[in-house]
Amino acid sequence: MKQLFSGPALATFAAAAVMNVSAVLAAQTSITVGMQLEPPNLDPTGGAAAAIDEVVYANVFEGLTRYQADGSVAPALAKSWTISDDGLVYTFSLHSGVKFHDGSAMDAEDVKFSLDRARAEDSTNAQKRLFTGIASVDAVDALTVKITLSNPDGGFITNLAWGDAVIVAPESIENAKTAPVGTGPFTFSRWVQGDRVELARNPDYWGDAVALEKATFKFISDPTAAFAAMMAGDIDAFPGYPAPETLPQFEADPRFRVIVGSTEGETILSTNNKAENLSDVRVRQAIAHAIDRQAIIDGAMFGYGTPIGTHFAPHHPDYVDLTGGSAHDPAKARALLKEAGAENLTLSLKLPPPSYARRGGEIIAAQLREVGIGTEIENLEWAQWLEQVFRGKDFDLTIVSHTEPMDIGIYANPDYYFQYDSAAFQGLIEDLKLATAPADRTRILQAAQKQIAGDYVNGYLFQLARTGVANARINGLWENAPTQANDLTGVSWSD
Amino acid sequence: MTARLPLTLVVGLALTAVFVAAALLSLVWTPHAVESLNIAARLQPASAEHLLGTDHFGRDMLSMLMVGARTSIAVAIVAVGIGMALGVPLGLLAAANHGGVIDDLVMRGNDLVFAFPALVIAILITAVFGPSAFNAILAIGIFNTPVFARVTRGGALAVWTQEFILAARVSGKGVVRISLEHILPNIASLLIVQGTIQFSLGILAEAGLSYVGLGAQPPLPSWGRMLADSQTMISFAPHLAVLPGLAIIATVLGLNLTGDGLRDHLDPRLRRRR
Repeated sequence: MKQLFSGPALATFAAAAVMNVSAVLAAQTSITVGMQLEPPNLDPTGGAAAAIDEVVYANVFEGLTRYQADGSVAPALAKSWTISDDGLVYTFSLHSGVKFHDGSAMDAEDVKFSLDRARAEDSTNAQKRLFTGIASVDAVDALTVKITLSNPDGGFITNLAWGDAVIVAPESIENAKTAPVGTGPFTFSRWVQGDRVELARNPDYWGDAVALEKATFKFISDPTAAFAAMMAGDIDAFPGYPAPETLPQFEADPRFRVIVGSTEGETILSTNNKAENLSDVRVRQAIAHAIDRQAIIDGAMFGYGTPIGTHFAPHHPDYVDLTGGSAHDPAKARALLKEAGAENLTLSLKLPPPSYARRGGEIIAAQLREVGIGTEIENLEWAQWLEQVFRGKDFDLTIVSHTEPMDIGIYANPDYYFQYDSAAFQGLIEDLKLATAPADRTRILQAAQKQIAGDYVNGYLFQLARTGVANARINGLWENAPTQANDLTGVSWSD
Repeated sequence: MTARLPLTLVVGLALTAVFVAAALLSLVWTPHAVESLNIAARLQPASAEHLLGTDHFGRDMLSMLMVGARTSIAVAIVAVGIGMALGVPLGLLAAANHGGVIDDLVMRGNDLVFAFPALVIAILITAVFGPSAFNAILAIGIFNTPVFARVTRGGALAVWTQEFILAARVSGKGVVRISLEHILPNIASLLIVQGTIQFSLGILAEAGLSYVGLGAQPPLPSWGRMLADSQTMISFAPHLAVLPGLAIIATVLGLNLTGDGLRDHLDPRLRRRR
């Protein structure tokens, strides 16, 4: 018999195959999300790494409030709240029937535990400043929490939306670094270190059920491997796609959708303000004038990014464009260096792995060389960078993107790794905490932006664009990144 | 002597000479400065202005390759030098002490270094002392040492059995003088051949280390790093990856052919026949 299938049999077979395929497509309820960095642990209340929140925020853990895709803050575990007339007492009423993944109920005591733990003396929370204004937390009844502040704080509701302010349970917090237990729509199932974290749908979720049954976060640090994995379909979505130079190829391919949005990532040439020579504001100003932002955006990010002149997101309504104060002006930079008596300067430039830093570093080194500043480039892995630069403060210059939202307050901490110590700025941030009227907050925020720009604390480069690639059939991914998150609650596949 | 040079040697020497010339020329002149970036002129194809196009920072590819050749050759030469400077005396010593304690010590030490994968140790060294061209040289040099020690010992042992060595001994020359005056000249050709091959391996090792970011650091151009930097752009700017790749291949091929050719040419048995 020459023919293996007779005509009608073949047709039936083909039809069956087609039906099968469409059945598979309709049933697609799992997603593999690519991430460049692997989180060091999975406890958002005990680590600074953005990668932690990018896995667990809104997926595994929830706070009283939460960020939404457009950057606004919405109620989450708190159904509603009232604020006393003096702005000091916040009374939250919680959703009923909320359970942690281990089955225990989430109630006011858990909220009290979480917030007290975060603001405790010995707390390892990476953003303790969010909680410093809290005077006391009281559980009024099982579903009512009263938070009293020591001073009115117009940003308090927003503070509670951070990943560092999620609600955890005293029963499970011990192991949260490797086995996080939250209240979110996904439960943690498995972490294969060095490779991926797997989440599964939480069948007992208190809110609207999510469309996905399974979500895998896969860690691919190498941009080339990320490109290959995306092209091969091993990864369904890569929200922080690390190789912007290949985006035109994805744009041309109907299988994919390129998502370009904004992030809260102020990418800066971080400058050690206590280092020899760099403590002189004229030297820092010279560096600022030596930098050609557009060349860095074009050369390192292939055009994706918005120039910034201060540590503030350009899409924020209170942003002031201060790029003019540090415009590219090599002649001025040379004059300033001469004036400061720092003409034969050689500075260390320590670069973490992302391409904005590695490529940007080479460009900045060339730009600094033009005004007579030599650099010694050292490429570091993240662990080394955290050790030497962030904790050890052993650096002159580094390039890093600060991806936390509204994080200008870090400049008020003189121990922060770039060691900017200005009483004037610290005063502004104190005023900001007390200000509740929107007009006052705007005025103070703008003054703060001008203060750090005028002091040339760091070289302000550009606002990191969020360049993502996703399968064209995936809906509901965040376009912008108002906070560090890969919120999968609204994500689904279309047929 | 009318013996013709072997074809492999001619081709090998020609290829090697091109890159050595490029490296030497880069000391005094390159078509464009490799330090100056010109983002506006990035990723250009070959043109009269840029004979081999420009890279993702708008640097001239030809200039980059020339300076890259210098980096590679410098690293490899110094590394081979370290290997020879340490390995040859050790080998001579071992051969002179054949069957003795020193011989055993040197050879077992050799085995120890051989037992580790060279690249892993190189990565370890650069991880501990920080990545730089200098540490790459050190790492490659250390792994050249046992190779030379072994080759030297093998060659020297054969020479030690010759009658003229016996004559030298009878005339009262000490071990050190015999090693330097009689053994070394007789194994020189062996060492040159081995040196050429190690040289090509050194270039490969430097490219490999730079590729993973542990060799020469920016802004110093290096073929290995040029490859690594251009990986994600290979689909729309293939010349960025292809050119340094070809440079590595051509240089290594050239050196290997030179090594083979030299072996044919310098083999003492062939020479005796002439």
